[in-house]
Amino acid sequence: MAKMVSQQKYRSQKAVKITKQVLTYIFLTIISIIWIIPFIYLLSQSFISMEGRAAGIDPYSFGQFFPTFGPTGNFTFNNYVTLFNDPAYPFITWWVNTLIIAIVSSILQTILTLLTSYTLSRLRFKGRQGIMKLILVLGMFPGFLGMIINYYILDLLGLTSSIFSLILLYISGSMMNYYISKGFFDTISKSLDEAVLIDGGTNNTVFWRIIMPLSKPIIVYTILISFTGPWGDYMMAAYLAHGNQEMFNVAVGLQQMLEKGAGTYFTTFCAGAVFVSIPIMILFFILQRYYVEGIAGGAVKG
Amino acid sequence: MTTVEYLSLSKPQRILVRIGSFFKNIPIAIWNFLKKIPVWVWTLIKKFVITPFVDVKNALLFGDWKVRLSFIICGFGQMTRHQVAKGILLFLYEAFFIAFMILVGAPNLSLLGSLGYTGLVSIGTSENYVGDNSLTIMLYSIITIILIIVMFAFWLSSIRAAKKLQDLERVGQYDSFKNFVRSLTGENYHIFLLSIPTLGLMVFTIIPIILMILIGFTNYNSFHEVPSNVFEWVGFYNYSNIFTNNDASSSLFLQTFLQVLLWTLIWAFFATFSNYFLGMIVALIINQKAIKFKKLWRTILVTTIAVPQFVSLLLISRMFNQDMGFVNSFLIELGWIKEGIRWLNDSQYVSLLPKVMIIIINTWVGIPYTMLLCTGILMNIPDDLYESAKIDGASPFKMYMKITLPYMLFVTGPYLISQFVGNINNFNVIYLLSQGNPLFTYGDQAAPSTLQGVGQTDLLITWIYKISVTNNPKEFGVASVLGVMIFVIVAFFSLITYSRSNAVKNEGDFN
Repeated sequence: MAKMVSQQKYRSQKAVKITKQVLTYIFLTIISIIWIIPFIYLLSQSFISMEGRAAGIDPYSFGQFFPTFGPTGNFTFNNYVTLFNDPAYPFITWWVNTLIIAIVSSILQTILTLLTSYTLSRLRFKGRQGIMKLILVLGMFPGFLGMIINYYILDLLGLTSSIFSLILLYISGSMMNYYISKGFFDTISKSLDEAVLIDGGTNNTVFWRIIMPLSKPIIVYTILISFTGPWGDYMMAAYLAHGNQEMFNVAVGLQQMLEKGAGTYFTTFCAGAVFVSIPIMILFFILQRYYVEGIAGGAVKG
Repeated sequence: MTTVEYLSLSKPQRILVRIGSFFKNIPIAIWNFLKKIPVWVWTLIKKFVITPFVDVKNALLFGDWKVRLSFIICGFGQMTRHQVAKGILLFLYEAFFIAFMILVGAPNLSLLGSLGYTGLVSIGTSENYVGDNSLTIMLYSIITIILIIVMFAFWLSSIRAAKKLQDLERVGQYDSFKNFVRSLTGENYHIFLLSIPTLGLMVFTIIPIILMILIGFTNYNSFHEVPSNVFEWVGFYNYSNIFTNNDASSSLFLQTFLQVLLWTLIWAFFATFSNYFLGMIVALIINQKAIKFKKLWRTILVTTIAVPQFVSLLLISRMFNQDMGFVNSFLIELGWIKEGIRWLNDSQYVSLLPKVMIIIINTWVGIPYTMLLCTGILMNIPDDLYESAKIDGASPFKMYMKITLPYMLFVTGPYLISQFVGNINNFNVIYLLSQGNPLFTYGDQAAPSTLQGVGQTDLLITWIYKISVTNNPKEFGVASVLGVMIFVIVAFFSLITYSRSNAVKNEGDFN
């Protein structure tokens, strides 16, 4: 009798567990669909021919989600062909510009951010609290009023006509992003540092041999953020370019395509946007490896 | 209220008491803050006026000729006492400083009071504007003032160091420049690490902010721009003009300002916390041991990061378009609605629908980021904490409240503040989704030019953008005042939360 009761209990527990799991999977599927819809929309729009639409009343008729196939359908690769060949919109230049800007500023920004975080988390010096408070206060000012003045400063430095100026602006703010990585470094046990220092290592050894290997997820996060920031930035890039097409990044270029193209370029814009998304996807697939579980092995607990 | 009384209350009552005491404590906190100010001022005076003065006096009275010559030739004391490199560097800075002052500093600084003059000059047949650029004058003046402060600091430290070197020499010792360089990887490592980022911060953040604040005290606008005009100092005119109620147009401005401010705060609150908690929940769900295909779920969410924000926001705003959006045509096809819903420009009930939609769409944008961040941190929570909690019979909810949440707040507390600040200044989401629409209507009242194009979903930051970039005429002075307003608000909220999160920090020591 007692055995049967416990067996029943076990079974019902198992049932609860399974329903719970099924519900979780359903939930995950639903949110995945919600998150992926705009991307699918983008992808499918990039394969729809604009000609059929322009003939209609409204070139922006977004009612149609998927392209139609077959002889009368509007499925086409032309948008991608236009994208790379249209002399009015030098997409390749923009794309290369953006890639250079994003790679250089991502590398430099990650290094500077991590070093700042390390300094503020591990080293104790006079004015540490002061610097942290100063950065907090600076972050409270709305950034882009400063942008107008930054253009002025860059103009005085004679840099406004090169993409170098954008890189400079992006990395100059890297100190302000210390919060997350500093918070993460704080959770890594200090006894590890002490062990290294006692064994004759320097602060440098601590940083490269202890902190860095234990902080892979946060390094990945920093790289991703500092790459996607410049990659998709519109406001600063548009302001600094001042209409000079040679200096556009993809965001500004695509926006122009949409605005000046007055609707006829919408699907080309979508094709461009798909192309813009690819490097970040590649980056993410490369970096996801470092996101595996168990990074936080014994060492971090301290 | 004593501790016993407090503990005898029920949970909701305790929360009420805590909220009440929080507001009751605000005046006390402000008073305590004010009380501290004289002490701060005194320490500052002591540190930056009295001590340097005493040091300089001592160096002048008791220094030998090498130290005294350092008063004029910066770094002379170092050059003659085994620190040639340092001495030369100090001297070079002095030479640069003098040259800069003669060529740029002094002329600009002398014009700072009037901000320059301009006028029409005819050269040959053509007439051209020749004169000063007020903005350049201000910029160079700020740079000059900073360089003067740096020069003074160098001068002081050079004299102090020279005196110290003399004292060392008297007992037969010396300190070499090499020691200092070597210390950069040791006890002075932080100087080495922080100098470059600080320089960047100085040039591209601090100087622009100072300049921006100063512009609030000038009449800089489209009518006072180079090359035809210079602008002037107007004192607190912009501030008083905005926040007084003396005529119809300024009362309209004040009214609009308060509405925009309220929405900015509501938006920042909901945007920050919805993203934070929902993102964390998603991360927790995916992180469960029993869930398979973890990589797949994460990748799907993160693909949205791959599409640049401005593209996805533009697409979404088109999808929710009233007339031709995909969502409306889909719903009409299903027969659920007859005509398009004005998702993003409905002005009923103070534009409730667009506001809610913007917050929801913003969670779509923000959750992947929070999830990415939380996954990294969640993995770092020591497993044994959970194991011991499980053995003690804690429920999953309790474990979340007692282990996960405190840990997350410990790591991401400052990040949360920066997110809140970021959302108050979140330009992209608002501008790309609704552009601030639906517009405020003023009936037949004459609205000032600064209210041009301002709408119900505008944040202060998008309003500033309209005033200073897209509108005509542009009113940079007013934009600067609004910027300072944002700063004041943000500073107020951050200081409150910052002190709270510090408390969290001390409680939960996870090392």
